Amino acid sequence: MNPAGYYQRDRLWQPPALTPDYKTSVARSPRLALLSLEGSLSEITGPTFGHTDIDAIDNDLIRNYATTGDPVGERIIVHGRVLDENGRGVAHTLVEIWQANASGRYRHKKDTYLGALDPNFGGCGRTLTDENGHYAFRTIKPGAYPWRNWVNNWRPAHIHISVFGAAFCQRLITQMYFEGDPLIAKCPIVNTIPDPSAIDQLIAPLDLNAAVPLDCLAYKFDIVLRGRRSTMFENRPEGN
Amino acid sequence: MAQPLTYSKESASQTAGPYVHIGLAPGAAGFDIYRQELGRDIAGPDAPGERIQVEGVVFDGTGAPVKDVLLEAWQADAAGIYPHPEDPRQAHCAPGFRGWGRIITDFETGIWAFDTIKPGSVMGRNGRPMAPHISLWIVARGLNIGLHTRMYFDDEDNHADPVINLIEHVDRRATLIARKTAAGQYRFDIRLQGDGETVFLDV
Repeated sequence: MNPAGYYQRDRLWQPPALTPDYKTSVARSPRLALLSLEGSLSEITGPTFGHTDIDAIDNDLIRNYATTGDPVGERIIVHGRVLDENGRGVAHTLVEIWQANASGRYRHKKDTYLGALDPNFGGCGRTLTDENGHYAFRTIKPGAYPWRNWVNNWRPAHIHISVFGAAFCQRLITQMYFEGDPLIAKCPIVNTIPDPSAIDQLIAPLDLNAAVPLDCLAYKFDIVLRGRRSTMFENRPEGN
Repeated sequence: MAQPLTYSKESASQTAGPYVHIGLAPGAAGFDIYRQELGRDIAGPDAPGERIQVEGVVFDGTGAPVKDVLLEAWQADAAGIYPHPEDPRQAHCAPGFRGWGRIITDFETGIWAFDTIKPGSVMGRNGRPMAPHISLWIVARGLNIGLHTRMYFDDEDNHADPVINLIEHVDRRATLIARKTAAGQYRFDIRLQGDGETVFLDV
């Protein structure tokens, strides 16, 4: 019997490949149509991870690279759930994040921005969701930074997020933005997303209830992966 | 008015950007932070099968190498078994076999390579076996959403593969087939756009 596949990816909701206002996409976007495939075992399986792969400190970006003290900047918790389109929590899945420091500078040998590096901030973290799909990181709120696109483009503060899910076809990388940032609406990368409500879904609200008094603020961010079909009435192998 | 449907929408993808290595391969970004980076060993030391190395370059529409690309590979073991609970034969998967790897380029040349074992055939939909293949997922600056494709092998029998046969433009089928260059060595270039554009999959 065929395995149940995943809901098709909504290509009108997701950003298209060619988005000329994000200039780098012009020469890197396929011009021919994607080949649509029903999920086989190769797509509905995917890598699995366990607690031997990572360490508990990996989700604490305030501590996981610090040597002489805490990093500079606004201390925040980022927490939420990884869900699927059916609203179910995605358990035990790997979530990885990376970001600039409070100055908007990345710890990467290719980043030459004049914002200062922070000797106590690496800028990456990873964790596994719990049995209900919850995850949490502690970090520093990243700064905005300029990038070469138009003459005067600035990225809104953002955290890159990579999620696996249970299947290779659920693999997703996205970015989390912060409520109230006026740079969001002006960003050509944000605006590769055609639907305003899909952009809203990437903006994390301030979550004072999850803040730690006298210590750090919090933002809540849920991530939704593709949902899976049920197997109510499957096609017979030879077709109906 | 009909009843409302209550499905959520998949979070929109955003580019992995030029600094994807910080999050997924910090050693390549230039620093050491984790006890172990993930995806460095696809097959593990003990899995049976033919040890192979695959090398390639991802090219953009101007023919220039995409030097900041990052790929992920997902494959079955030499018996065609995935280390995943959806595979009915999972219990028989090779010991220590992860099936998944991360592949980073040389930042100067854009050349990437990875070591693994050659996968076995996997049963496809409707009882049609699929020729041995490695699934690839490609992210980079300028890619708004990750690109899926597959790599097959030119020394395997691919003519009955149900996915290759879905490609209407017969001349394009070769874009999914790696070329054997020496014993245990394969070359697989990926073209994002233009002449010889690789077939990418909406899976």
